[in-house]
Amino acid sequence: MSLYREVAVVLRTYKLAEADRIVVLLTREKGKVRAVAKGVRRTGSKFGSRLEPGSHVELQLRESRGDLELVTQAETVEPHVKSRSDLTRLGHSAALLEAVDQLSQVGKPDPRLHDMLVGGLRVIEDRDPPLVVAAFYLRLLAHEGVSPELDRCVGCGQVVERLYWAPEVGGVRCGPCGGGRNVSPESLSVTRATLGGGLNAVLDLPDSSKTHDVESLASEMLELHIERRLKALRVIHNS
Amino acid sequence: MSAYADSVQDLIDAFARLPGIGPKSAQRIAFHLLKAEPEESRNLASAVTAARERTRFCERCFNISEETLCSICVDPKRDSDLLCVVEEPRDVVAVERTLEFRGRYHVLGGAIDHLQGVGPEQLRIKELLARVGPEETREVVICTNPNLEGEATALYLNRVLDVPGLIVSQIASGLPVGGDLEYADELTLGRALTGRRLIQGEST
Repeated sequence: MSLYREVAVVLRTYKLAEADRIVVLLTREKGKVRAVAKGVRRTGSKFGSRLEPGSHVELQLRESRGDLELVTQAETVEPHVKSRSDLTRLGHSAALLEAVDQLSQVGKPDPRLHDMLVGGLRVIEDRDPPLVVAAFYLRLLAHEGVSPELDRCVGCGQVVERLYWAPEVGGVRCGPCGGGRNVSPESLSVTRATLGGGLNAVLDLPDSSKTHDVESLASEMLELHIERRLKALRVIHNS
Repeated sequence: MSAYADSVQDLIDAFARLPGIGPKSAQRIAFHLLKAEPEESRNLASAVTAARERTRFCERCFNISEETLCSICVDPKRDSDLLCVVEEPRDVVAVERTLEFRGRYHVLGGAIDHLQGVGPEQLRIKELLARVGPEETREVVICTNPNLEGEATALYLNRVLDVPGLIVSQIASGLPVGGDLEYADELTLGRALTGRRLIQGEST
């Protein structure tokens, strides 16, 4: 079985046997890969902290006949030191990893998704803005081709002044078409800016009720798309 | 339909549900027991039943105990003002083996894990906070695993243990004894340098 090298982000890990772990990786060229890291749970392991969730690493992997590769070497590409020593950063990183883990697939390479994740983790490490998770979720939805409709009613296509949030139909809806949850025009405008060309300005916004609102819009939409609850966000809100 | 008799298949299934035991290992253990003296099976069954019936969580520290309070909590020689917080009962055993710690323990019952949806409300953190005041704790030593979940738990504990006069410390993180420096990852080596120990002269 041949060896190959890959740049990857560790999405999550599972305990295996006495001291091993299965690491779920998002590689740039091969998409999602599952691999065994032997002895990684021992304190003297040569891998150290390199195979923890969120690590951006260059790996040497050994191909196998089954669906589990073997990690033979690991080197850090970008150490995320601040993201390991700050609870908010740690939670935000986990939220990104969870979403990408849900959307990536084994055997389906998606270099753009890999680069988005690397970029998102870098923003968290550098400045960790309040809207980083919401912006990432919205960009992820756009990447999946399911951006929410924010400008006109999903039902009748009319541009009206008062629009309501109805994620189950994919965006906003006017009153006569069934309405939805109240959402402020400011929150809708921040959401539009995230999906348009205003991402940097959005990431500069301070924490406020408006940013919380946008985060809730983005997570509701993503949960509907992946058809399951996002666990990391719930833990962030409880800690 | 199973090729084995129902009772044998039930036994194999029961072993296969245990952590770290796959279907092949479960079969091997089941057939070992069937081949061995009946006494061996009876001993195993009674050991499992006794451990399950006699043990409970210590009401104070949540370590596994056969009494209301565990042997460490009732030991008068222990420093009652020093509290070591660990994730699981087996971590108590690991710390005890060092013979370096003479305080008491608090077992959280897990660690914060964002990816598995385990939050602080699912751990025994409220119980820890309730102990600190009445037991006149002077220092809490956070002894969680040096992985992502352990770090998240330590950071959260540091945030909530904001009690006047209380010292909160965390076990040191660094290079394992017997390892080579060149194989150390950046995070571990960085922490070893940050937490370096003065052996001569004065700190600058």
